[in-house]
Amino acid sequence: MSVTAKTLCEDEFFYGHKACAGCGGSLAVRVALKVLGERAVAVLPAGCMSAVGFNFPQLCFGNNAIISTFAGTASMLTGIEAGLRAQGITDFQAVGFAGDGGTADIGLQALSGAIDRNDDILYICYDNEAYMNTGIQKSSLTPFGAKTTTTPVGKNIRGNLRPKKNMFEIVAAHGIPYAATASIGYLNDFLRKVEKASKIKGTKYIHIIAPCPTGWGTATDMTVEIAKEVVDCGLWYLAEYENGVYTLNYEPKQFTDPAEYLKKQGRFKHLTEEDIQTITASRDAKWEQIYKTFQIN
Amino acid sequence: MAKKFLSGNEAFAEGIRLARPQVISAYPITPQTIVVERLSEMVEDGSLKAEFIHVESEHSALSCAMGASAVGARAFTATSSQGLLYMVECLVYASGGRFPIVMMNANRSTALPWNIYGDQRDSIALLDSGWIQSYAENAQEALDLALMSYYIAEHKNVSTPYMANLDGFVLTHTYEVVDVPTQEQADAFLPRFETENKLDFAHPRNLGFSAGPDHNTQFKYKEHLGLLRVREIVNEAEARFAEIFGRRYTGLTENYRTKDADFILVTLGSISGLVREVVDGLREKNIKAGLLRLRYLRPFPDEEIVRALSGAKAAAVLEKDISFGGDGTVYTNVTAALQKAGVRLPVSDYIVGLGGRNISAEEIEQIFEELKRGAVKTVFLGIGGEDA
Repeated sequence: MSVTAKTLCEDEFFYGHKACAGCGGSLAVRVALKVLGERAVAVLPAGCMSAVGFNFPQLCFGNNAIISTFAGTASMLTGIEAGLRAQGITDFQAVGFAGDGGTADIGLQALSGAIDRNDDILYICYDNEAYMNTGIQKSSLTPFGAKTTTTPVGKNIRGNLRPKKNMFEIVAAHGIPYAATASIGYLNDFLRKVEKASKIKGTKYIHIIAPCPTGWGTATDMTVEIAKEVVDCGLWYLAEYENGVYTLNYEPKQFTDPAEYLKKQGRFKHLTEEDIQTITASRDAKWEQIYKTFQIN
Repeated sequence: MAKKFLSGNEAFAEGIRLARPQVISAYPITPQTIVVERLSEMVEDGSLKAEFIHVESEHSALSCAMGASAVGARAFTATSSQGLLYMVECLVYASGGRFPIVMMNANRSTALPWNIYGDQRDSIALLDSGWIQSYAENAQEALDLALMSYYIAEHKNVSTPYMANLDGFVLTHTYEVVDVPTQEQADAFLPRFETENKLDFAHPRNLGFSAGPDHNTQFKYKEHLGLLRVREIVNEAEARFAEIFGRRYTGLTENYRTKDADFILVTLGSISGLVREVVDGLREKNIKAGLLRLRYLRPFPDEEIVRALSGAKAAAVLEKDISFGGDGTVYTNVTAALQKAGVRLPVSDYIVGLGGRNISAEEIEQIFEELKRGAVKTVFLGIGGEDA
């Protein structure tokens, strides 16, 4: 039986940090480390979690952890894994926690290289959909329509004009042994995936949606709820990729209204009816493809 | 010890094999490729037991080496020119993290214009990156530095990454007879890598952290001290090396007929052989010429330079480098050392060999001629270029 929120270990490995109230990313890191335990060697690039957790002399990881260069999460994981193995040490898990910018933008090349080599590492992308640490700038995982400090809403342009990159399928296209999507709103699903990934040899990738109240313009006690709702309204999905097969892990019986999800967030306040229709139509097109190509659990 | 006919790259690869690195991560770039090809062959045939990581860029090459070093593994990488510049972020990261990685750099011109041949602008532009920098003259020295580099970099008082520079093509691709030590000799010379600066399951650590204005200067000062301590550790390494291998090197610099010299050329790398011949020729004509070869640029050999030049009438720096809008960087460093010591003599700067431009014995002789006139100038040799 896999680990759940009820059976999760009591030990804390990430605490005493300076993350904002209601931070989704810090929850993802905290619970993933509880699953992986003290033999986890964590690599975090420049970004929110390194900025809040590694301020000398206040160092917040109870396990071995290191900040990598912004682009170098995956390549440093590779070196750690190879370096320990070369010394005959094998009972550990090299795990990366990188944000959306660190993964889908500047870190994509190194990640692709690690998957290509099938290095025995676990890479977790906590996706809060913009460069939050530097003050909410657009990344390639910022969704269509979102207002950020570099995609302002004015008379000529209303927020981000481009859809979110599909990192899960980009990673899967490498033929990776294991990839999954997750949401901190569905914590048991995430815990199960972290545990499962830790037992698979080769490169593993988990992409977890982790709302950021500061950047999304939501109340700090709404983070988990919002992370549930993005799945329930169909704008995010919980899935796995293994042995060349996509599997949908959770099928909402009926989608909730995306407008409800969007209107709760400051970053989407400006959206018009037409914008919301565009978002809904792209959701429907995605689900049509999911039903055609994914196995349904 | 066996004699082999090896290029600079191959000799360096032999030295690295003998140093038993545990992780090698590298990305190909001319003229560095041969060293990593040879190392991958050694891994294939079992003569080197190392993890060879085929990274997708130079940035990842050094990032991967840092990961390995951060868990206490001996790591190696190699690059050149644009590749070195592409990994610059990781260079300062490795030195700040005090990871004693060794990297071979095949000195090559930097674009634009594109050029694959040797000059030293690539590494000299990175003197401030916090790495030890050595410059080999020949293939034997390249091999020997490969072995000594780990001894120096990993020494607990140093714990600083080491960039071993070899002139592109002129040294990397030129064949010489080289003494290749036995593995037993190498093992007797080079201890295993031991460090407390690592991620450790018995004592979990957080590395690569942030340090704000209150602590930053202390970390940077310690980094500076680490590099300064290389001065004594180089001597320690060379004494130990001489005991085991019978070859004695001369520290951060090598003096050639400088003792009574009136006119001294200061240079580095493979061009030194030619300068030595010119010095011999001039000595036969009763001109008191000498050569000061800088074997290391970081730490900078201030004291050695002052000692060698203080009795001379004039000196010149011969360097394959220019800091555009200033002077050659070696010149700036040499003249700063003299100024600090209160030694006054005319020193000129000769910028040579950019993009692999040939340098002739006649041109070097001509420099000594000009030194007699005691002028102080910066000259782009061979094209009639002087700064206005």
